[in-house]
Amino acid sequence: MLEISGISKTFNPGTVNARLALDRVSLSVREGDFITIIGANGAGKSTLLNAISGDFITDEGKIVLDGDDVTLAPPHMRARRIGRLYQDPMRGTAPGMSIEENLTLAAGYGGWLSHITAADRKRFREKLALLDMGLEDRMSQPVGLLSGGQRQALTLMMATINPPKLLLLDEHTAALDPGAADKVLSLTESIVREQRLTCLMVTHNMQSALDLGNRTIMMNQGRIIFDEEGSARAGLTVGDLLDRFRQDAGKNLDNDRMLLSEEQGGGRHAHA
Amino acid sequence: MNAAAISGLVFTALELGLISGLTVLALFLSYSMLNVCDLSTDGCFTLGAAVGAVVAISGHPYLSIPAAMGAGVVSGFVTALLQTRMGINSLLAGIIVNTGLYSVNIAVMGNSSLLNMNKTETVFTKMKALLDGTPLDGQSKLVIALIAVALVILFLALFLRTRLGLAIRATGNNPDMVRSSSINPVMTTTVGLCISNSFTGLSGCLLAQSQKSVNIDIGTGMVTVALASLLIGNAFLGKGKIAVRAIGAVLGAFIFRLVYTIALRFNMPAFMLKMVSSVIVIIAIAGPYLKEQFPLLRRRLTHGRTEGRRGGRADA
Repeated sequence: MLEISGISKTFNPGTVNARLALDRVSLSVREGDFITIIGANGAGKSTLLNAISGDFITDEGKIVLDGDDVTLAPPHMRARRIGRLYQDPMRGTAPGMSIEENLTLAAGYGGWLSHITAADRKRFREKLALLDMGLEDRMSQPVGLLSGGQRQALTLMMATINPPKLLLLDEHTAALDPGAADKVLSLTESIVREQRLTCLMVTHNMQSALDLGNRTIMMNQGRIIFDEEGSARAGLTVGDLLDRFRQDAGKNLDNDRMLLSEEQGGGRHAHA
Repeated sequence: MNAAAISGLVFTALELGLISGLTVLALFLSYSMLNVCDLSTDGCFTLGAAVGAVVAISGHPYLSIPAAMGAGVVSGFVTALLQTRMGINSLLAGIIVNTGLYSVNIAVMGNSSLLNMNKTETVFTKMKALLDGTPLDGQSKLVIALIAVALVILFLALFLRTRLGLAIRATGNNPDMVRSSSINPVMTTTVGLCISNSFTGLSGCLLAQSQKSVNIDIGTGMVTVALASLLIGNAFLGKGKIAVRAIGAVLGAFIFRLVYTIALRFNMPAFMLKMVSSVIVIIAIAGPYLKEQFPLLRRRLTHGRTEGRRGGRADA
């Protein structure tokens, strides 16, 4: 489904700020995998998702998506098969345009010169009703009037209105208030399940990293240091993850470890 | 002033307002929709005027319209190319194209900075002949300007609701979202600027033919005048459907010209036009900003006063 082999990326090469953000990362994602990705700040989680969606071209390595080599493809070409949500709920929607206009662009029905049809509106209404946020009655209102949670739910709808081959979620609930975060997360789960989507989700919340999906990977310093699934993953606790992190990441990473523990505490709080 | 003088004044403002309204509609597309401040507008306006004049002088009054619009498309394409493919800041791209167009325009006019169309057959003389004897006799300028503005507004109202039009609006709103929708923002920016500059070219072409001459300065300051008109229009009809906002833009152009013509009547020197347009743009853009800053300013003033008093006491 998604084959990543040996991709690396150095930001600001040749300067004092040079940083190896991805260090020969390889990852094989099977159809239907729901992978949660954890790691400290700066571990390369978001960078990995950015590399997959084409925000930058990797320095080396290869990315094969659904049988096609997309290593050098520009982001808008990859977007045909990749749906994506960012942490910032403002990033996925055009605030000055109405809900139905946003959905039309995401859906891409019809040719360049086609208008929104009654059939499109009906389809959008049905889809929006599933969100249970009353958005189906506000389709001609500008998206800028919606709350962060509503915008993120709408972005989720837009990203999956044509079921993507791959859904990338980059801490998409982290900027929302706890209630909205829970709502968006449960919507995500049900959409991923119903459409049987292949999904990569970055999270800071270690508990939900273990609760959600079928596979968990941990990153550190641009590398994948841990990749568990199935029965080996089933018995894991947050404590085990922290132990694994300590053991794999080596000894000079006290700061990163503290970050991880802290974020986990924060995550729990948000979850409660 | 008698009634005839007043109506004459209004008609002049209406003609000029409608013709320059086409440039305002161009900025409506590039500035309000695409969020690009296209500073090549001045040069492109002159280009449209020059190309239109040359084609009309060579005996093709009808062909002058598509020729001027086509020249605008080319100019818009170059501006778009510079900012999307060559890493040049969008403001700078406009300025560069504007500067380059000065030479192009002189060349188009045959190494001259002035062309006269006194004896040339233009779309206006054609229309004048057509309207001879009808109730609209003598209103050829108004009729042509109205037709052009109506067609452009109709086009925009329909076009901006198509998928391509929506993509252009979204590019000005959130380019990330455009990319996520599998649309290349480079393409939408290019198409948007080509279309908007074709309107600017049309505007220049019609102005030159209506005043039967074109000189190299015909477009100077046009971008500020058009921006002022756009912002005035925004104040009246800035919300609602695209068609309403587009009509607002043209209304803004009319109001601007009306105020200007009246000011001329009260002996304002003609050279003040550009100063007036600059001040209007400053007020329209800085006004909302300063209004937002006002509470902070008040806080600063009162804060200074109370702190000052307290400080004084502590010192004493």
